[in-house]
Formats: sequence, structure tokens, C-alpha cells
Amino acid sequence: MTALILGAIVAVAAVVLVSLPFFADSDVIDAPDERAERRLELMDARDRALAALKELEFDHRTGKIDDVDYRRLVGPLRRAAAEALQGIDQQAKE
Amino acid sequence: MADLGRAALVVSFGLALYAACAGTYAALQKRNRLADSARNALVACFGSTIVAAIVLALALVHHDFSFVYVANHTSRDLSTIYALTAFWGGQEGSLLLWLLVLSGYGALVVLLNRKLLRDLIVWVVPIMGTLATFFSFILVAVASPFKTQVPPLDGAGLTPSLQNPYMVAHPPMLYLGYVGLSVPFAFAAAAMISGHTDERWIVATRRWTLTAWMFLGFGQILGAHWAYIEVGWGGYYGWDPVENAALMPWLAATAFLHSVMVQERKGMLRVWNMILVALSFELAVFGDFLTRSGVVNSIHSFAQSPIGGWFLGFVVATSLFSVALILWRLPLLRARTKLESALSREATFLYNNLLFVALCLTILWGVLFPILTSVFLGESRTIGRPYYDFFLRIFGLPLLLLMGIGPLIAWRRSSARALLKTLRWPILAALIAGGGLIAAGAGSSHPGLIAYTFCVFVLTTIVVELVRGTRATGSLLQLVARNRRRYGGYVVHAAVVLFAIGVAGSSAYQTNVERTLKPGQSTRIDGYTVSYKQMQKIPSVSESGRQVEDRAVLALGGRAHGTLDTSLINSSLLGPSHEVGIRTDYLRAQDLYVILSQQNADGSVIFQILVKPLVNLIWLAGFIFLGGSLITLWPDAREQRRLVARLALARG
Repeated sequence: MTALILGAIVAVAAVVLVSLPFFADSDVIDAPDERAERRLELMDARDRALAALKELEFDHRTGKIDDVDYRRLVGPLRRAAAEALQGIDQQAKE
Repeated sequence: MADLGRAALVVSFGLALYAACAGTYAALQKRNRLADSARNALVACFGSTIVAAIVLALALVHHDFSFVYVANHTSRDLSTIYALTAFWGGQEGSLLLWLLVLSGYGALVVLLNRKLLRDLIVWVVPIMGTLATFFSFILVAVASPFKTQVPPLDGAGLTPSLQNPYMVAHPPMLYLGYVGLSVPFAFAAAAMISGHTDERWIVATRRWTLTAWMFLGFGQILGAHWAYIEVGWGGYYGWDPVENAALMPWLAATAFLHSVMVQERKGMLRVWNMILVALSFELAVFGDFLTRSGVVNSIHSFAQSPIGGWFLGFVVATSLFSVALILWRLPLLRARTKLESALSREATFLYNNLLFVALCLTILWGVLFPILTSVFLGESRTIGRPYYDFFLRIFGLPLLLLMGIGPLIAWRRSSARALLKTLRWPILAALIAGGGLIAAGAGSSHPGLIAYTFCVFVLTTIVVELVRGTRATGSLLQLVARNRRRYGGYVVHAAVVLFAIGVAGSSAYQTNVERTLKPGQSTRIDGYTVSYKQMQKIPSVSESGRQVEDRAVLALGGRAHGTLDTSLINSSLLGPSHEVGIRTDYLRAQDLYVILSQQNADGSVIFQILVKPLVNLIWLAGFIFLGGSLITLWPDAREQRRLVARLALARG
């Protein structure tokens, strides 16, 4: 009998928990739209470029990369970061 | 109480099925309320599984033999802690533990990420729900731990080798590892289904993958120590199919943890990472199939069981699902950048990945070959230690070398000149160490010599990295605190080096002899004197049967003093088992290891005596591995803030 009561409590508690969200206001899933997707891509590109610049500086300071390679690599990375930042700004203005 | 357990499992099954079906419909139709309801069902599934687990645990502790499972795996004389250990000592109980861990991970993941990664979570819920549906179905319909019977006077007992403190922690650790790999799999699948294949799923799952990987790795070390002190064959890893089943997903997950860094930094290897996540998960489920189906004969596997077919079907279905998803989303997953140089950090990650996967697939072939020849040719063939040892050297030694080179190469591009300049100290240290080892007589084993030389190389690179980084930032603490992921990784590398030294020392340089001794006779081995004093017969009777322990008492001299016991135990119910005698020399980190192999009619005894140099470094490596993993896992507030800010910005 105890087992039956405990089993019923477990089942009722589960049903209550599963039903609760149906009393919520909004029924729309808050997911990124196409514009937000593009923004996320730009932010990924920005973060990657900035992280790469940080790594490059650190590698240069710790001697893993020499001056010649550093100068060759730093330009494209700065450009990539700037392009991503510009893209984010431009999208914000639109 | 069995009825309550059964009812709780039926509720778990219903909730998991609801989470899978309603969750899929909600994600497709973008229905928020239904998606939240499915999410709550997954959380409730964990709750009802906890109830089922408590019922079984109580039955085990109270020796309730009306439960068939309790009668089959415990006895009245079993202590409470080992009675609880029997929870995962049998097929049905361990399946329940699997469902408990799976639903627990599922509940935690969806609750922690419900707001931050809403678009992915709506798909994670039905995927985790589907996995939970499979396991709860098996527990309800095929292998229930709640079958009842007329209670016998006593149970069959737990195998003596499982009555060991390591068995309290080793299986749950492995389960936390195996099952934890479901989380990155669910997120990867969710990213592909939803089409949101940006880097968020990787950032969100990195710690879950690390957690699973840490448990799987540490669980294996615990298992190796258990085998070493309990199984009594003189080793710690026998390339047993079930042991390999834990190693394979760990290797694939290790490859993933490295290659994911390349994706985060350069947006490359996106398809490869999806393949690795799927491979890790599939290998974990395949390992479960191997353990449970009875297709392989192993000390670690459960008896022949009808659930093998179900698991095989599950492995095939989830593999097809993964392949179909990757093929469908190939255009989205293509890399936007290319490898700039073969001499760069990302290139070394690629080489390391190829070696990890090659080693993993070689082991998989070693496991599959006997099964396939048995099924298709009807022949019984085995693949032994020489096969695995050969490939471990072929792939493992280059991996060890790469572990030293990788951290010293710059991302994107490095010149040979800069690389040689950075590597000059590690190379010098390795050459000196190699020369010193040859002079000390360690050249008898070429793989051992190469492994030790590479280990010195790697350790020096770690020291060089720490010194240079400290010089650049001004403080070691600040250096580690700013990049816990990198320096925690170096601690793990140091643990792998210690592990390699322990493995090389205890296998390439061990002494292993067999001696037949009569009482009063002695033998000398590597500076130890072992004298056989006497044999003690210790009979005991319990309700679970009779048992006779033949205990040989040995006196030690030379490098060690005192006495050492080793036993052969014959149980009327559970058969013969060994208790080995181990004397640890902490200064040399080596063990004197004695096994009572056989008793002869003339009163003499055959002893197998081993001296295993540096073996204790393996266990030490396990704890350092755990420490390094925890440093890497430590929450990074900046990373979390970045993720939150990025999502907020994306929403405008």
C-alpha cells in the first residue's frame, strides 16, 4: 500500500512539473533569426581575430615567433579584426 | 517496494518518451510552452529514476532477497558498503546506474543552459530524451532489476575480486565518463539539426566534454590499480576487450579536446570535430554493448544476455543518425580558412589527431577481429598483447614527442629557425638524458630508452614554457590564472609523462621470475631476498558457502624487511581467486610483487615474483591528471560573460 501511494505521488509530481509550462505567457521560442545569425558569425570572426592577435603577441614575446614572421602575420590579423568590427558596426546602424 | 521501483521506471520511460516526442515537435513547430514541458519531463525523468535507484539501494542494504537481483549479487555476510557496490556489480543494476547518470546529466545540462542557449537546448532535450527512452525501455521490458521471487535464505554473494575499495569508485567514475559523452553528442547533433553551427555549442560543451573525459581517464587509472592489486596476474592493463572499450572513447575524446581548439581559433576542422564527437559517443555505447552482450569473454563483462541485440541495434541506429546529420550539414560545416603552414600549432594538433584516431581504430580492429572471425568464419581467433604493444609504440611514441613540440610552436606559422631556437633546451636535455640512460644500462630496451628520452624532452618543454611565460607576464600565478586551460593542460601533459615513465619502467625494465620453493628455502631477485616460511590454511564457513584460504607467509631480506603474505582462496560458490603480496619501495617507486601460483603435492609452492620499477608513478600520474583536469575545468567568469554578451548582442 505504501509503495502504491509513493508511486502515485511520483507520477502526480511528474505530471504537475510537465504541465506547468503550459500556463506560461509566451509560446514563441527565443532563437536567433537570420540577422542575428549573421551577427553571431561576425562576432565569431572578431573574437577569433582578437584571440589570434593576443596569441601572436604572446608567442612573439616568449620567442616562439621571430620578428620577420611576426610582421608578416600581424597585418592580416589586424585587418580581419577590423573588418569584423566594421561589419558589426554596420549591421548595428542598419 | 519492488512495485514502487517498477512503477518509477515506467514513469521514467513515459517521461523520457514524452521529452523525445514532444520535444521534437516543439522544436520543429517552434512551440515554446511545449518545449519547456518536454524539458521539464527530462528533469522529472531524473527524479523518478532517483526513486527507482533508492528502492534498489534499500533492497541491497537490507538484504531483501525477494529481489532476484539482490539474491544474485549479495549475501548476508556482505558489509553494507559492498552490498551497495553490488548496485553496479550486475547487468540490471548497472543499467539503472547508467539511466540515473544519463538523466542526471540531461537535467543538469538543460537547467543550466535553458536561457543562454535556448535555440540549441530545444533540440538537446529530444536527443537526450531519446537516449533515456532507450535505456528506460530496456530496464522496463528486458532487464528489470525489480524482478521478485520467493526469498531464499541467503544470496549468492559478490565475487571476491569485486569486494575491493576500488570497486566502490571505479565503475561509477567510468559511467560518469561514458555517459557524459552523451552531452557533447547531443549538443553537436542539436547544432547540426538547428543549423546553428557557430562556435557556441563548442564553448557550451567544452566543460562537459572535459568532465566526461576526466572521469573516464581517472576511472581507468583506478581500474588499472584494482587489476594490479586484486586480479593477481602481475599487470595492470591486459588489453582486455572491455578495458579497451573504455580506452577507445577516451582516445577519441582526447583528440576532440585538442582539435576543438583549432576550430575555436581558426574555424577549421568543423566536420572533423563533429566526426570525433560522434565517434566518442558511439565508442562509449559500443563499449556498453561489449560489456553487456556477452560477445566477448572478459573478467569485466556481464554474463551472456538477450540485451546484446538491442544494444547493437542502438549503436547502428545512432551511428546512421550521426552520419546522416554530418552529410546533410556538410555545406554549413565547411572550413572558411586553410592551414597556413605545416609548421604551426594547428598542424601539430592535426598530426596528434591523426595519431590518436589511428591508435583508437587499431585498438577497435583488435577488439572486432575475434568477434568478426567468430561470427563469419566460425573460428575462434584472438589478438594478443604483441599486436597492441606494437601499435602503442608506433603511435604512442610520436604522440609523446608531439606533446613536447606542440606547445612550443606558434599558431599559424613558425619558421624552422625560430622553432630550433625554442627547442634547443629540450633537445639538449633529451640528448643528455638519453646518453645518461645508455651509460646507466637502460639501453636494453629500445622502446623504453626512446620513451624516457622523449619524456625528458616533454618535461623540459613544460618547464621552458612556464619560465618564458612567467618572464613575459611577471608572475607565475598570474600566468596560470589568466590561462587555466593552457596551463591545466600542461599539468595533464606532465601526468601523461609520469604515466609513460611508469609504464615504460614497469614493462620494459621489470624482472619476472618463477621460483619453486619449499618451506625454509630462499631466492634472491634484484636485491631482494624472499624466503618461504610456511603455509597457513584458513577455513571459513558462511551462509553463502565454504571457503579455504591457503596463505603463504614469506620473510623478506635485502632491500626490504619484514614479512609478506600471498594467498590462494578457494570458495565453494565463487571458485578460486588470488590475493597477491606487494611490498612498495617508495624511494625507488618500485614494487616487489609476489603471486602464489600453485601448490605441489610435495609441499613446495610455485611463486611468481616480479620487481616492477617505477610502477607507482602510474598511480601518482592519475592524481596529477585529476588535478590538471580540475584546473582546466575551473569556471572562467570572463568566458561566461563573453558568451552571455554575445548572445544578448545577437538578439539585438
